Amino acid sequence: MGFFKFFRSNKDDDASAKLAKDRLQVLIAHQRTGREGPDYLPMLKQDILDVIKKYVAVGDDAVSVQLDSQDDCDVLELNITLSEDATSTASTPSATSSSSPSSIQPSAAAKKRAMERRQAAT
Amino acid sequence: MTKTIVVTSGKGGVGKTTTSASIATGLAKRGFKTVVIDFDVGLRNLDLIMGCERRVVYDLVNLVNQEASLHQTLIKDKRIDNLYILPASQTRDKDALTIEGIARVMHKLKKSKFDYIICDSPAGIEKGAKMALYFADEAIVTTNPEVSSVRDSDRILGILQSESKRSKMNEEPVKEHLLITRYNPTRVKDGQMLSVDDIVDLLAIPLLGIIPESPSVLDSSNAGKPVILDDESEAGQAYSDAIDRLLGESKPHRFMEAPKKGFLSRLFG
Repeated sequence: MGFFKFFRSNKDDDASAKLAKDRLQVLIAHQRTGREGPDYLPMLKQDILDVIKKYVAVGDDAVSVQLDSQDDCDVLELNITLSEDATSTASTPSATSSSSPSSIQPSAAAKKRAMERRQAAT
Repeated sequence: MTKTIVVTSGKGGVGKTTTSASIATGLAKRGFKTVVIDFDVGLRNLDLIMGCERRVVYDLVNLVNQEASLHQTLIKDKRIDNLYILPASQTRDKDALTIEGIARVMHKLKKSKFDYIICDSPAGIEKGAKMALYFADEAIVTTNPEVSSVRDSDRILGILQSESKRSKMNEEPVKEHLLITRYNPTRVKDGQMLSVDDIVDLLAIPLLGIIPESPSVLDSSNAGKPVILDDESEAGQAYSDAIDRLLGESKPHRFMEAPKKGFLSRLFG
């Protein structure tokens, strides 16, 4: 409705173009890492992802690898995103759902189970 | 020196053939001997846009397979001197083309003293598209202000930088130009459409021109007449400006501003 739209600053209200640009920025940056970096970059990324998956349940897009050139050196930037539910380990069900990705702690129940297992083994 | 320019986009339906027809016509109008080649083997359409569909006898595949001579295959435009059309085959598929075959055709065109070879690429990133861009000295990347088109343009830029002859031979890279088509300044102003600045920012290649969304584009293709010949239309004028820039002139970009609306039409429009 033109009548109502007239009184709004429509640039901010329905700025779908802004959304489009933001989405594209992420996507194109991702698309370009494949072709601008050295050949080993995709393989390195896959290997890192595989190692992380051994310990933490993460999705395939959890690791972003970026190679930046600064003056006379290259900087390899690794970004690993662990979601909240990814903090439970993939191979052993021993971690809690801690909210902070950096502190992966076993739950009290898991500790008890482990203790019992070790005692049974000795 | 013959210059080979590919018109490409990745995505279909963004205006590659419309652009190829107008760019070739514009260059020929300025006196350059120009040929426009339809690389969309199997889905021939350039002949329709150029209005010469009833004059096709032989096609690109015949020429590549040496079943017809260059002279027999080229269709001379009836309106513009120096303009020739090389149509695609309608019955074969893209596998009928080979790099060696295309190289022979390019060589013949160079020997015939063409100034410009415009290659109208098929959509996609398959063999046909790669064939169209392989010999390019310059590329006109046709992009709509729309997410999927911008993404695909970026993809095709990657292919230009890695799979063109110039990249494979470690020569000077293909010169890239961005051509934004179907631009609607009113929707940009309302924040509903990616702006020129947004697209230039994302794709990071020099801007050759902005072709505004215009009813005359459809009128022209209906009539089989490249829109650049319609001096009255904004799209025609915008293509004409693009030709000037392609030839090295610096011209300010037009048709980027939304037409001013009166108070009442803004209130009730």
